Amino acid sequence: MLEFPRWKVIWLWALTLVCALAAVPSLTSMTNIRLPASLPQPKVNLGLDLAGGSHILLEADPSQVRQQRIEGMDESVRGKLKAENIRISDISNNNGALSFLVEDPGKVDAVREAILPLTNGAGLTGKRDWTITVADGNRFVLTPTQEGIDQAVSQAMDTAVEVVRKRIDALGTKEPTIIRQGAQRIVVQVPGLQDPQQLKNLLGQTAKLEFKLVDSTALPSDVARGIAPPGSEIVPYANAGEGGGAPAIAVKRLGGIRGDELTNAQMSNNQQTNEPVVNITFNTEGGAKFAKLTTQNVGKPFAIILDGKVLSAPNINEPILGGSAVISGRFTTESANALAISLRSGALPVDLKVVEERTVGPDLGADSIRKGMIAMGVGTLALAVFILVTYGRFGVYACIALVINVLMILGIMGLIGTTLTLPGIAGFVLTIGAAVDANVLINERIREERHRGRRVVAAVEMGYKEASRAIFDANITNVIAAALMFAFGSGPVKGFAVVLMIGIATSVFTAVTLTRLWVAQWLRRARPVDLNL
Amino acid sequence: MKLLKLVPDHTNIHFLKWRVPFYIVSVLLMAASWGLVLTKGLNLGVDFVGGQMIRVTFERSAEAPVGALRGEVARLGYGEPIIQRYGKPNEISIRMKLPEGADHDPALSDKMARTITADVKKNHADARIDGVDSVSGKVSKELGWDAFKALGLAALAVAAYIWLRFEWQFGIGALLSLVHDVTLTLGMFALTQMEFDLNIVAALLTLIGYSLNDTIVVYDRIRENLKKFRKMPMPELLDLSVNETLARTIVTSLSMLITLVALLLLGPEVIFGFTAAITLGIFVGTYSSIYMAAPILIWLKVNPKSFVPTETALEKQERLAREGV
Repeated sequence: MLEFPRWKVIWLWALTLVCALAAVPSLTSMTNIRLPASLPQPKVNLGLDLAGGSHILLEADPSQVRQQRIEGMDESVRGKLKAENIRISDISNNNGALSFLVEDPGKVDAVREAILPLTNGAGLTGKRDWTITVADGNRFVLTPTQEGIDQAVSQAMDTAVEVVRKRIDALGTKEPTIIRQGAQRIVVQVPGLQDPQQLKNLLGQTAKLEFKLVDSTALPSDVARGIAPPGSEIVPYANAGEGGGAPAIAVKRLGGIRGDELTNAQMSNNQQTNEPVVNITFNTEGGAKFAKLTTQNVGKPFAIILDGKVLSAPNINEPILGGSAVISGRFTTESANALAISLRSGALPVDLKVVEERTVGPDLGADSIRKGMIAMGVGTLALAVFILVTYGRFGVYACIALVINVLMILGIMGLIGTTLTLPGIAGFVLTIGAAVDANVLINERIREERHRGRRVVAAVEMGYKEASRAIFDANITNVIAAALMFAFGSGPVKGFAVVLMIGIATSVFTAVTLTRLWVAQWLRRARPVDLNL
Repeated sequence: MKLLKLVPDHTNIHFLKWRVPFYIVSVLLMAASWGLVLTKGLNLGVDFVGGQMIRVTFERSAEAPVGALRGEVARLGYGEPIIQRYGKPNEISIRMKLPEGADHDPALSDKMARTITADVKKNHADARIDGVDSVSGKVSKELGWDAFKALGLAALAVAAYIWLRFEWQFGIGALLSLVHDVTLTLGMFALTQMEFDLNIVAALLTLIGYSLNDTIVVYDRIRENLKKFRKMPMPELLDLSVNETLARTIVTSLSMLITLVALLLLGPEVIFGFTAAITLGIFVGTYSSIYMAAPILIWLKVNPKSFVPTETALEKQERLAREGV
């Protein structure tokens, strides 16, 4: 038990040194000392609850993805069957499925043949994205499968994370954390951000831009009642109710183009009215589509629609061939700028909703850290004194082990890039308690064995051996608990569990292994006949 | 140097003599805690019930104008606020229910936060907004369920491990003392109406960890003594085990208390409730290891036979050979 071969001693010290060195950047970052930038600097980041900043949890609505898929299928089916010259009618894409009638019942098989390739899964699962059923002989019903929806949501979320990242980067905030959480959520954390309003405005905007032709055949009275002519839909104005304009307008469902094929979007001011507008530049493909749309519809009005609301509906005076356009719509400088950023970063494939938001002021954070540091310092000092007067030389070992333990926890946290939060500090407190307890157990046991009349070396050996069993059991139970908390808990519970798991490993290492090494070396060197314990 | 010895070397306190009255007291305390939780209820934070919490510090006032604030915020038309002090007397939190329909339109809760903070700043020049938390009803339900699930599963898994390493009675004993500790802490939160949020769950986890540590140390000694003293009656054996580990119990608890008291007195106000919960847990946890976890072993009829290693076929052969049969 007290034998340490040389290689083992070297190994123990090397491990200790590496972990402790890794803690240096974390410690210096709390002071004014600056390390040379050329050194690697793994650092423990302080959580928002300690350092201040904003935390926003965004959630997507999967039912929206479902509807989008059905509408997309609607378009594909129409196009495909039109190309094959098969007439269909009574098309409906409501109620979570696409259904239509094949007018010539003899062509049912041909329709099935034609639409089958459209319903194959794009993923690797080999499962179909859609189920096709035929009712009453000639009514087709296409229902998206759950697998298909899940996959589409997952893809949409991946895209959404990218879009969110681009938008936040455009704001110039430093070190944002953007993580996808679960199937349909995104966590955004921005340290130091005090007013998340701007950020939320930016993320709350889907930025789906569309250009659609206005249906001038619609009667104003019908539009007012929300009734659209066949093939058209009613879209409300963004600034409905202001200035006495029409609250809504009828636009043609088909034949419009999407504004997602852009190379650039910039805020500028209209030279005549000096009101903020957004200049957009299409890419080649988008420019061609836009040119075609404007060439074919000179003299007619078209609506510029953002996120399902009409910004404006100007007349097409002449074909726009240059591949760029100006969007106006009663913007403020801020909202025009936000729209430009949103358009540049692309539309979000799904609407995102803020479901949780936390902001911590910087004063609170800084104050908390300072007081926490003082309290920890005083507490540790008092603890050290208490351990020293209780266990003498063995107490010195315990204290050094404790300091190394703290350094190692910080070091490992820095190396794996964990964030230290308030609950993490609780984990810290518990680990330090466990480390002290390990030494108390060992030292008390050595005392006991001496009282039973064992010689010094035998007593120390027995002390470590007997105490190790309880230390082992106690730590394993804590590891089990921590692992489950990590797996099933959220936020704070997870933060606690991470520190606890790291701390258990390091505290067993420092409080048992390292102190045993020191005690063994001392026993060999000094050969004491009695222990002051 | 003469070392400090808080506990004399050979104590022989009959802890277990009082096990029945102490058990009754413990059960009554647990019942009272449940009663408090059910009648007064926990002062659940926005983490668990959803809503909005705005933390404000009045930098140049000794005391926050709670009464005035309550009226001012109520007049804004978002309903009655819950205004509470935390930490220092000039630090308060304003809690509001989210406005109707905010689950669908988050802009509504944004607007409420802006209206309230603007109003507070307008009426009180020295008000500093320290933070705004908005948690929707859906997320709060999940947060609560996740925390509950993590706690419950962790407790069960730990009990299962103790059953494996010791005996099933020990597993039950450990689980029972965990329930005891958590219940009493919840009772304290119901009694004081301190806010119960996700951070307090972390505190609860800490005290569970500590209490478990304590229980295992006592159990380990009981296991050792059960192997050593086959003939000793259980109550006596438990007393012996508790006495033998007494010095360790005292020193460790004191070590923890020293650090915690420093955090309580000097630490940041935000973690006061949290540190208080852990501090209470040290007392409750130490007590429960001795008076909840140990006596149950008598009633569940643990005996030395539980720890006689079962003989393998090979060992039996060797024994018979030794005995010359």
